[in-house]
Amino acid sequence: MITLNPLRWGKQYKSLEFQNVFHFDTGESIAKIGQVNGGMVQMDMRKADNARKVLREIPTQELIARCKKAAHMFEHETLPVGDSQQTVADFIHQQSASTGLPEHMCRNNMQKNCFVLSNIDKILDALTRGLDLEIFARGYGEEGRNVTVSYQCQTPVLGAVLPNNSPGVHTLWLPAVPLQVGLVLKPGSQEPWTPYRMISAYIEAGIPAEAFCLYPGGHDVGGMIMSKCSRSMIFGSAQTVEQYSGNPRVQAHGPGFSKILIGDDVVDQWEDYLDLMVESVLSNSGRSCINCSGIWASRHTKEIGEALASRMGGIDILPPSDSKAALAAFTNPQMAKGTWSMVQQDLAEQGVVDMTASYGQRLIEQERCAYLKPMVVTADSPQRAVAMKEYMFPFVSVVKCPQKEMIKSIGPTLVGTALTADDQWIDELTAATHIDRLNIGPMPTSRLNWLQPHEGNLIDFLFRSRAYQIVPMKIAQPV
Amino acid sequence: MTATTPAWLATDIQIADAKKELDQHTYESVQWHFHESTGCPFWLEKKAELKFDPLKEVNSFDDLKKFPEFEDECLRGGPIERWIPNGLRNKPTYVFETGGTTGIPKSRMVIDDFRIDYENFSHTLPDEYFPKGSNWLMLGPSGPRRLRLAIEHLCQYRGGICFCIDLDPRWVIKLIKKGWMEHLEEYKKHCIDQAITILTANHNIKCMFTTPKLLESLAAGLAEKGTSIQEIGITGIFSGGTEFTPQWTRFCVEELLGGPVEESGVYMTPTYGNTLMGLACSRPVTIDDGYTIAYYAPQPRAVVEVVDFDDHTKIVGHGETGRVKLYTMTKEFFVPGFMERDEGERELPFHKYPWDGVSGVRPYRGFASSTTVGVY
Repeated sequence: MITLNPLRWGKQYKSLEFQNVFHFDTGESIAKIGQVNGGMVQMDMRKADNARKVLREIPTQELIARCKKAAHMFEHETLPVGDSQQTVADFIHQQSASTGLPEHMCRNNMQKNCFVLSNIDKILDALTRGLDLEIFARGYGEEGRNVTVSYQCQTPVLGAVLPNNSPGVHTLWLPAVPLQVGLVLKPGSQEPWTPYRMISAYIEAGIPAEAFCLYPGGHDVGGMIMSKCSRSMIFGSAQTVEQYSGNPRVQAHGPGFSKILIGDDVVDQWEDYLDLMVESVLSNSGRSCINCSGIWASRHTKEIGEALASRMGGIDILPPSDSKAALAAFTNPQMAKGTWSMVQQDLAEQGVVDMTASYGQRLIEQERCAYLKPMVVTADSPQRAVAMKEYMFPFVSVVKCPQKEMIKSIGPTLVGTALTADDQWIDELTAATHIDRLNIGPMPTSRLNWLQPHEGNLIDFLFRSRAYQIVPMKIAQPV
Repeated sequence: MTATTPAWLATDIQIADAKKELDQHTYESVQWHFHESTGCPFWLEKKAELKFDPLKEVNSFDDLKKFPEFEDECLRGGPIERWIPNGLRNKPTYVFETGGTTGIPKSRMVIDDFRIDYENFSHTLPDEYFPKGSNWLMLGPSGPRRLRLAIEHLCQYRGGICFCIDLDPRWVIKLIKKGWMEHLEEYKKHCIDQAITILTANHNIKCMFTTPKLLESLAAGLAEKGTSIQEIGITGIFSGGTEFTPQWTRFCVEELLGGPVEESGVYMTPTYGNTLMGLACSRPVTIDDGYTIAYYAPQPRAVVEVVDFDDHTKIVGHGETGRVKLYTMTKEFFVPGFMERDEGERELPFHKYPWDGVSGVRPYRGFASSTTVGVY
């Protein structure tokens, strides 16, 4: 069994308190994680400036080179993690065992993280719109039009309260390091694996260990990170997002309510887009905020629902090691039962039809875990409550809605894929401020172009553009 | 004594003597609380509902098991006078409250108990670190709380003057429930600012009461000003709360207080208590003992048992986990077995307190998710 110790500015701390991590299916204890308390975070944060200082001692281009090396090590090499040497296979097995995700999905998430880090130069180039990264390192510089520009870093470290169940979200904090901003992370209790392995890869690749803190612990730890880091990100529920709404210090990531919107100009050819719809709903077992939870169209919704149900309704539970496994386990069976009872409430509303009803039982309870099989429901109006729901399994509502009503009815949408060539509608979609990422054309909601910002540009979050005027000084020569 | 027997263990004779004293105290307490001339209206009324006569059938501590469990819900609402024993009528009386963020708080009537409890506790404090005559800071909840007056009395009993701050824990709990975390931070700062102002105003304060959360914040606040608890002249800290885990205590000693007492000169004693029971002291907390925090009730005035989660009359084995059950038997208050909202491990008798203790105290797993702990 592996022991993961907290990391305090690069130094392992041997706590007297541990939390055990269990295999979701066998109940076997697979790791113990040393715990810290909020007070420790508070005391450590007094030294946060040093994290940026040690990173600023390394030129940005060199940091980028080391990040690329870290990406390779993360994906391919055996790394020291906690008190053990962790192979790639160990990592995938451990992550699958504690999160319930099939192993091939863990591998995909690993590759996604690696891809982002391997292409960090291109991503930063896109996010900064081509600015010389030395401007960010120094705080000011020449943009190339005889204009001085200044980007002032707003924090020496980026704090992050990471989720339990989504190994894919870690791409969001990775770019902080080449921007010379340290990392203060609270790993999820069931998914400590990615942050631990990634930080190990960074250190092994030559990034100073003093730039990193890993603080496993309770709610007080998360609260203290949010309170003491000038910039932090948190992953949670819609309530969490609401709580931090408008807070410039916090980037809150919650449910995505991502959708596919089918325009009247293509809706009669809906069958052409069935693969895209299935991929959007089903990838990563429907766990991501970028998974599609709603397909909106003005007609053919019953046929679309039936077709999706026929593609997904029969998907069965397979062992996590099976490369065809499409469903992740709920490691907490109570969560699956709770979700199922919410779905049943949705189905009780008139105008809502469960298209997967004939494909057998959806809630499958096992000894230590539970599964929810994919569900497709139709709603005859955006007024039905199910039209605004997102669950942690492949669940999609196919909502009947006239195109002219669609934009004002869809609500917050992290990823909106609009299947249309209608210029006027595209113009209206482009202007809709409640759609974050907009895909025009047949792009699955779950396929992200990493050269685009995600839920806000990290540069804008970590840096502030401000005026910086330089007038040469005449200094008298000493006599 | 074997090689593995801890040196702090009580002897069989000490244990037997303590048991004898407890039995005698139990008998006298029940006689007092159930006699028409001395008992309070609440217990005299309850007596009629009992299937046994406590005056005749309670002769030892174990006989208290004949009583049904005490429900602290009956402490909500009045009249408060129903709790005043007839034998103590017309004495100046206090009421202390617990809970009350929403709804009616639980009230406990007190005449002298808080003074007796804290005077007894005073004798357990090492004078080297809690010097007689030095002033104290009470950095904890104010308002209708026993702790506020009790700490002041403790300080006065030791010849000092106690400085206090304003801290309304009910508002703190409301802030947490509303999710107003920025307001919570500001309120915490407001409390710590009051404390730092007093500590830096040349009042010769050497001792303090505080909670773990406030101690963390005070240390951080002092650090921001370039000083520390040690440098500001504090030598003795009396603290309490269920956050006293071995890990937290180690963090506190190593990183907030400047090291073990021999190096830092700052002594901290964790305690466990509540308005119903009084104050349980801890065995000395040491690195060698893995920073174990073991509490011992102030027997015979109060008793702590660790009982089976399902069968509250069954005491678990030493080292085993169970729920904390309290008994209180003072002249003012009688509680024949109350299921506390905490759990822990049953500890062996300690030579200074030769009766069972409890360690690893934490919120009872059955309530943990709905309990807000360590809020101030």
